[in-house]
Amino acid sequence: MGRYRNVSILAAAIFVQVLGLAVQVKRSSENHSSRLIRVWAVSAVTPLEKAIVRIQTGTSDLWHNYVYLRGVRQENRALKDQIEQLQLQQVRLEQDASQAHRLQALLGFKEQFIAKTLAAQVIGSSGSEQSRSVFIDKGSHDGIQQDMPVISASGIVGKVTAVFKGTSEVLLINDQQSGVGVILEQSRVIGVLHGKASGALVIDKVMADEQVKPGEKILTSGGDLIFPKGLLVGTVTEAEKGPEFLQIAVKPATALNRLEEVLVITKKEERQPSVPAPAMRVADILSRRLPFVPDKPVTPASLPAKNTVATPAAQQQQGSVHPASAEPVGLKAATTPQVTPTAVQVPRISVNPALSPAEPKRETLLTPSSKPAATVTPVMPGTKPAPKPKPVADPAQPPIGDPGGAPQ
Amino acid sequence: MALTYTSREQIEVYRFSLPVAILVPLFAIFLQAFLPLRFPFFSIFDLPLLVVIFFAMARRNPVTGLLTGAAIGLLQDSLTHQPIGLYGIAKTFVGYGASSLGVKLDVESIGTRLIVTPVFYVVHEVIYFTVARAMVRLNLHWSWSHELGSAVANAVLGVLLFALMDRLKQRA
Repeated sequence: MGRYRNVSILAAAIFVQVLGLAVQVKRSSENHSSRLIRVWAVSAVTPLEKAIVRIQTGTSDLWHNYVYLRGVRQENRALKDQIEQLQLQQVRLEQDASQAHRLQALLGFKEQFIAKTLAAQVIGSSGSEQSRSVFIDKGSHDGIQQDMPVISASGIVGKVTAVFKGTSEVLLINDQQSGVGVILEQSRVIGVLHGKASGALVIDKVMADEQVKPGEKILTSGGDLIFPKGLLVGTVTEAEKGPEFLQIAVKPATALNRLEEVLVITKKEERQPSVPAPAMRVADILSRRLPFVPDKPVTPASLPAKNTVATPAAQQQQGSVHPASAEPVGLKAATTPQVTPTAVQVPRISVNPALSPAEPKRETLLTPSSKPAATVTPVMPGTKPAPKPKPVADPAQPPIGDPGGAPQ
Repeated sequence: MALTYTSREQIEVYRFSLPVAILVPLFAIFLQAFLPLRFPFFSIFDLPLLVVIFFAMARRNPVTGLLTGAAIGLLQDSLTHQPIGLYGIAKTFVGYGASSLGVKLDVESIGTRLIVTPVFYVVHEVIYFTVARAMVRLNLHWSWSHELGSAVANAVLGVLLFALMDRLKQRA
């Protein structure tokens, strides 16, 4: 018996471990069955990691904030220039966003907003190429819970899979067991992103007839109920056609092998997008898109005809313009005016009450391509339509169809 | 009389103090978890495996070797999100094999270490992949070029590391 003692002990050790593995595989929640040993291991390793990361961060801050200040003035100037550029860009984007929000509100869309985030430092990894996960220095004491999404300034990172007192484990999106609902920005193809054994990111099960081009951005779709919709995931590097499905290779937006600081989304809110203006009716939205008719020059000869302009809204009221063509009427009227040849006696109607007082009478046509707005002008019998009306009463007012008046 | 490839003088059994026996494996696991974040190429190394091989070959006791391998492997497993036991089983085998081999070979020469370490690395990976695929149904990607490259890299690092850790040995 003594001869086989070593082999017996080896067999026993292997048997116990295989049995333990089998129990964990059998139970879906293996983290609970092996919770204690994981807590011990994490408690043994992470304090040292935390201490080193803090010392490293402190030293780095000391160096960058107090010692190494060369070039700060020049950098400050460049940043100020950048801020000015961004402010200009922001104005334009705000206009687009407000319009999008209004339309979303009309359609009853619900969005998930990031209500609260918690910054955390990455202190360690799993140390295995087969398990792509990292540890962060925030845990249950800081309000972290399982399945919370983790992002960085560049894009998404992963989700919390295990929470300890002062530490949490984050499963990266390039792990094989990870899955993220994504949507391609241009082609609007929806799929599931997951990692391969090599650590590469792929989207598969996308039908082969979809048109996906390299360079296209990939965003979260919100379909996984983990990540809020619209977060940057990465870009398409290759779309290889198979017999049935596309194999889309993805380059992550975040450098997943060089993570330092991340944000844990601790609170999400699901609400309808806020509308800056009071609730608007569809008719109001449409009326904003209708063309503008300028004032005519105030001359004694034209006084009787002062209020004879035919605004599209008025035309609709009078039945001179087909109601069904309400939205594209501006484009249609610009090419083939269908206004009745009789002058319509209508008071001037404020087409859009939501217009700002600074521009009470100017109305531009919003077209998807932001082309110059078309206008409708009254056509008297026996006369030709004026080629291009020029407002005279208000010299400060830009000419009709000035693209500068329309959102770019 | 058992036929061995070592002289009586070379069959020296070493032991380690308790702090060394505990802290060195812990430090190896810590470095394995910490360094790949700063130096991604470091993930090709398996420091806990090198420690298992070193302790097992120095002690020359199969039971101690397999228990050391099991303990370090299970600790390494518990830092991953996968079921605990994958590294444990693989390192148990390696610990047993290394300590058994330590009785037969002069494991203190650089040449032996250069040969033995990559062999044990490949054995470790084969066992790990087999158990992971057969029991846990993990779809792991096996690449001979990657594994052989890692084996050589671990062998080179092992020679350096073993030379450092030789100073921690105490004669039994």
